[in-house]
Amino acid sequence: METERNTSQPATSLPRLGQPAPMFEAVTTHGVLKLEDFKGSWLVLFSHPADFTPVCTTEFLGFTQLYPEFKKRNVALLGLSIDSIYAHIAWVRNIEEKFGVKVPFPVIADLNKEVATAYGMIMPGESKTETSRCVFVIDPEGIVRAMIYYPLTTGRNMNEIVRLIDALQTADKYKVATPANWQPGDKVIVPTPNTQEMAEERVAKKGEYELVDWYFSKKTLSKTGV
Amino acid sequence: MACVNPDGTLTASASSILRALTSPATPDQVARATDLPLYRVRSGLREMVEAKMATEHEGLYERTDLGAAKSHA
Repeated sequence: METERNTSQPATSLPRLGQPAPMFEAVTTHGVLKLEDFKGSWLVLFSHPADFTPVCTTEFLGFTQLYPEFKKRNVALLGLSIDSIYAHIAWVRNIEEKFGVKVPFPVIADLNKEVATAYGMIMPGESKTETSRCVFVIDPEGIVRAMIYYPLTTGRNMNEIVRLIDALQTADKYKVATPANWQPGDKVIVPTPNTQEMAEERVAKKGEYELVDWYFSKKTLSKTGV
Repeated sequence: MACVNPDGTLTASASSILRALTSPATPDQVARATDLPLYRVRSGLREMVEAKMATEHEGLYERTDLGAAKSHA
């Protein structure tokens, strides 16, 4: 028996890790931007519930403070909320006036909720009219590589987002994985053997890695990364 | 449009983009010349083409006579 659909609500989708990020074309504080404008660099697309609210303001200050670190890593930042472009402009000007900080990244004015819906940013259990605190890390090829969802009540940790970027870029560059709480310079995880033969070879070559068992090896990345 | 003020004058970033088009250039080349983020250059060039201040052919952008006049206005 087919369930009746509420046709007054737009279909909500959720991006999937490892798949292309939903395309968008949106009005922002830096003009009309499309997802493809960011091709070739990493992109952190993040939503906040509303302009002129305190937790969101601390997050914008946090992202601005770490902007040089993102830029160094070839990462662009792009904010979003379901507010008008005029509210965005007034808010970033207010942040500059009250905190002496100029917000350097664009912010999407998603009044028709098109981008918020495509990215699954609205959590009706929290609010039907505001986005929750969502973060999408999109790589230079436009693939979603990581997602973070935080509630309205709790500001995010921007240092963790930088660490996440470092981990993803390290994994891509050296074909390794990173363990819990990894920081740049820490040992990385050697990919697990996925055949019996490889497992035997891994154990036989244990001098090359810090081997706990056939499935668990770490190594230090040298300056050349080998 | 983000690059053109209501009175028809260009914003500083738009002027900068047009001035970088003294010869045909890619968005990457314009970004390096202007020190603007690449996403901003791509968006700006799209608007310049729409406003007939620039043309695009096989990934290379060139300013028109209108674009040249506006960038020095």
